[in-house]
Amino acid sequence: MSDTAKTYKIGQHPDLPPPRTEVGVLGWFKHKLFSTPLNIALTLLAAWFLWSVIPPLFEWIVLDSVWTAESRKECWGKMEVPEGGACWAFIKDRLELFIYGFYPAPQRWRVNLSFVLLIMAIVPVLYDKMLARKFGLWYSVAFPFIAGWLLVGGFGLTPVETDQFGGIMLTLIIGVTGISFSLPIGVLLALGRRSKMPVLRIVCVMFIEFIRGVPLIALLFIASTMLNYFLPPGTVFDLLLRVLIMVTLFSSAYIAEVVRGGLQAIPNGQFEAADSLGLTYVKAHLLIILPQALKISIPGIVNTFIGLFKDTTLVLIIGMLDPLGIGRASLADAVWAGLAREVYLFIALFFFICCFSMSRYSLYLERKLHTGH
Amino acid sequence: MAVISENGANTRNLITRLWSNRETRSVIIQIVTLTVIFATLAFIFRNVVINLDARGKEFNFDFLFHPAAYDITFSPFIEYSSRSTHLRAAVVGILNTLLVAACGIVLATLLGFIMGILRLSSNWIVNRTVYCFLEFTRNVPVLLHILFVHGLIVIQLPVPKKAVNLADSFFLTNRGFFIPKPVWESGSGLVAVVLLISIAFVVLFKRWAKKAQDSTGRVYPVLGISTGVIVGATALAFLAADMPLSWNIPELRGFNFSGGIAIKPEFIALWLALSYYTSSFIAEIVRGGILAISHGQTEAAHALGLRPNRTLQLIIIPQALRVIVPPLASQYLNLTKNSSLAIAIGYMDVVATVGGITLMQTGKEMETMIIVLLTYLVFSLIISGFMNLYNKKMALVER
Amino acid sequence: MPTIATDGIAEDKIRHPTKKLTISEEVAIEMVAVHKWYGEFHVLKDINLTVNAGERIVICGPSGSGKSTLIRCINRLEEHQKGKIVVDGVELTSNLKNVEIIRSEVGIVFQQFNLFPHLTVLENCSLAPIWVRKMRKAEAEEIAMKYLERVRIPEQAAKYPGQLSGGQQQRVAIARSLCMNPRIMLFDEPTSALDPEMIKEVLDVMVELAESGMTMLCVTHEMGFATAVANRVIFMDFGEIIEQNEPHNFFNNPQSERTKLFLSQILHH
Repeated sequence: MSDTAKTYKIGQHPDLPPPRTEVGVLGWFKHKLFSTPLNIALTLLAAWFLWSVIPPLFEWIVLDSVWTAESRKECWGKMEVPEGGACWAFIKDRLELFIYGFYPAPQRWRVNLSFVLLIMAIVPVLYDKMLARKFGLWYSVAFPFIAGWLLVGGFGLTPVETDQFGGIMLTLIIGVTGISFSLPIGVLLALGRRSKMPVLRIVCVMFIEFIRGVPLIALLFIASTMLNYFLPPGTVFDLLLRVLIMVTLFSSAYIAEVVRGGLQAIPNGQFEAADSLGLTYVKAHLLIILPQALKISIPGIVNTFIGLFKDTTLVLIIGMLDPLGIGRASLADAVWAGLAREVYLFIALFFFICCFSMSRYSLYLERKLHTGH
Repeated sequence: MAVISENGANTRNLITRLWSNRETRSVIIQIVTLTVIFATLAFIFRNVVINLDARGKEFNFDFLFHPAAYDITFSPFIEYSSRSTHLRAAVVGILNTLLVAACGIVLATLLGFIMGILRLSSNWIVNRTVYCFLEFTRNVPVLLHILFVHGLIVIQLPVPKKAVNLADSFFLTNRGFFIPKPVWESGSGLVAVVLLISIAFVVLFKRWAKKAQDSTGRVYPVLGISTGVIVGATALAFLAADMPLSWNIPELRGFNFSGGIAIKPEFIALWLALSYYTSSFIAEIVRGGILAISHGQTEAAHALGLRPNRTLQLIIIPQALRVIVPPLASQYLNLTKNSSLAIAIGYMDVVATVGGITLMQTGKEMETMIIVLLTYLVFSLIISGFMNLYNKKMALVER
Repeated sequence: MPTIATDGIAEDKIRHPTKKLTISEEVAIEMVAVHKWYGEFHVLKDINLTVNAGERIVICGPSGSGKSTLIRCINRLEEHQKGKIVVDGVELTSNLKNVEIIRSEVGIVFQQFNLFPHLTVLENCSLAPIWVRKMRKAEAEEIAMKYLERVRIPEQAAKYPGQLSGGQQQRVAIARSLCMNPRIMLFDEPTSALDPEMIKEVLDVMVELAESGMTMLCVTHEMGFATAVANRVIFMDFGEIIEQNEPHNFFNNPQSERTKLFLSQILHH
């Protein structure tokens, strides 16, 4: 006889454990996997799918893979079944190329240093409880210029041509430059779009909608072929710089829309309160409106950055060597040709790790914002 | 206006006064903006003129009517040969862009809705599997997906001689997919007519059923009857006309297949990659749209005695669509724009034809890029125009 | 002894109590040894309750005591895991047909109204008669208008819920349930989400409904309403029915210590 059938004095009924089929492992299986005939079918289908995909994949990636070899031939020779495993020796062999591109080896400490400085520049942006955050933020603003000097050289450092930039380093350069310069431009565009002055508003709307209406690749083509026509004759203009300008303009239009969303979320009372205190337009925005609007916009900005980060791969189409470009170039090497799966998987993993962690962070921020208000 | 100073103040005073007046200040700012913009444009225009002159080029679109002198291997809609004009090449490119965008949108929507709904399932294993797939897909660049799928087809699939043979009529090879081509014989006109009539009937039946429900209260199983009529009537007509359909099945001739429909690997790679990449975003939109409807709506509908399918039809879907459609449209636009990555694998879309080979052959950077940009701008204007209409129609009325 | 604060609601009804209305011997709802858990949390413990047709029951108790869960089990918005619930002679099981029958006989009014924002007030009310009762549209709209008049907002019929005040929305929600011509009405804290000045308009509608002889189960803390119309007040705590009595005795002569404490808290706040 079960507990629930007993009678207790009124008001003194104790908490009893639920029936065994409702909770615990049994309940979990019942509710999460086998609740209805359809669910049973789906569960079996998914289990069959996973069973037929994961073990072979695991074998290929881990168990049967080869980590040391000099060529593809040697790699495949080491396997029980040729091509039965991944040849990670290839990636290991080219790892430096994937990271630094063709940046001269003796100067690579400059890339490493820039990377360390980058991380230090990100910290004050992400942690609002940091000590002396104000100075940290000033440093973050200065960082792109410091890194630019470090990487390009001049003023005491050996100059390095930008066409030697490549790999993950190039991805980071384009991504970080794009986001840090597009942020101020985007904020101005967003304010312009909300302005009461028709000329300003129309100009901003046209710019934003034009950029958002065309693919990035078309803008990159413009950078590589057309931009020189726009400048006074004889101006020599670095290709990387042209690409950076285009990428910045491109993402500023998207940032503008994100910030506009943030501005719209600010209640009218805030504008009225700022006005009633006698603050000018500039002061009201700098002190009251933008700090709030930007805080709301951060998840959206991070998402824009993720998109931008993934889009940096497009530069390979105009002949620059981002990781994907390096991978494609390596595949053309007769010694290693035919290992496309390894290359694509490696690059995919790199982007996945970066973008997934960023999107987790933006989700976390969103949750924090929701609970914070 | 408060601009006129009463005691004839000096110019400096006038400027401060103008600046401190809200209206005149806004006029000044706008004039300055306009001046700066026009000056920049004029400067660019001047540079363009000088630069073009220095290179002995002219700005015109005459080249469009010259022979293109390059081949486009994939032109399913209009005739094209290397003797056709650049204009025709551009049209082929635009049509190819539209084709892959349209096919991509259909498949991406389908996959996206299925995965979005599976993500809402209480089934743990299904939910997690789909989640992993979605997260992996959306966090890897679309260009990588395109190259990967293209590589899979070109490298992993066998040569035509050893084609993957599905039921002796579908052949998967590294030169593309070969599928049977329907050949309509005499009498197929009848089938087409019957199909059209049954569709017309279904449209009328739907209206009639609505009216009948209004006046008698009877609810007709519209969906079942409609499908039954369309499928049944067409099948009957098909049988009655002695099955006027045969298939032109692809056959191996020498090193390649002939007959049937050949779908180029570039198209398949671009189509599949764009579809599943975009569907990973659509799935999230669909999931979010359905979750955005409070649980109370479902409870209220159930409490009124509405069955689950009617709750979905009358309460959930109409409300979810309002949330889903606007971001969905922007995903469609993204897919269309991403189709420009075709150039990486040699699918001849508008960027690859006009912005690629035509540009290289004629050296007309300005003109070709203008055509490319205008094409995409027109697409995006059309899509956002429809969106605005939809939003106006659908906006919830609130206090 | 706590005195009853009536908040000026339906004071005339207190002088002329409606309890004289006949309560039939017919059993409307019967709950026998009902248990429910949320995960490990034992939310309903051994609930035994019989409601006769025409009875008007007010359920009160501290938040988290299981009172909402109790009435939501009656039309299976929540599933009970042990015991038996019979509504109008139909037992609630996993048999979907039974659930359908019961849901079309039992109306519920939610704390958060849950009106359909994409439909007009009239469409909200005529939806279920059209799709569940298979009524003609004209007939369904006629009925909808009848009940909208009864809750005194026929002039809002063409508006959307978002355009109405909270009190108006809740009255539409009541009308929407009544359009199904239910035999039993459940109220889940119908006035808790309302501004004070709107509570009265909703309670007035509920009092009228009670006078018409509807079987009602109402989770509410409106003690004035309880005194005016209820013929039984149930006090719940920790998932149990602690005490039930007719309102006068319940308020003036509570038996258990917990009831006394609860009453002193809500009557002198």
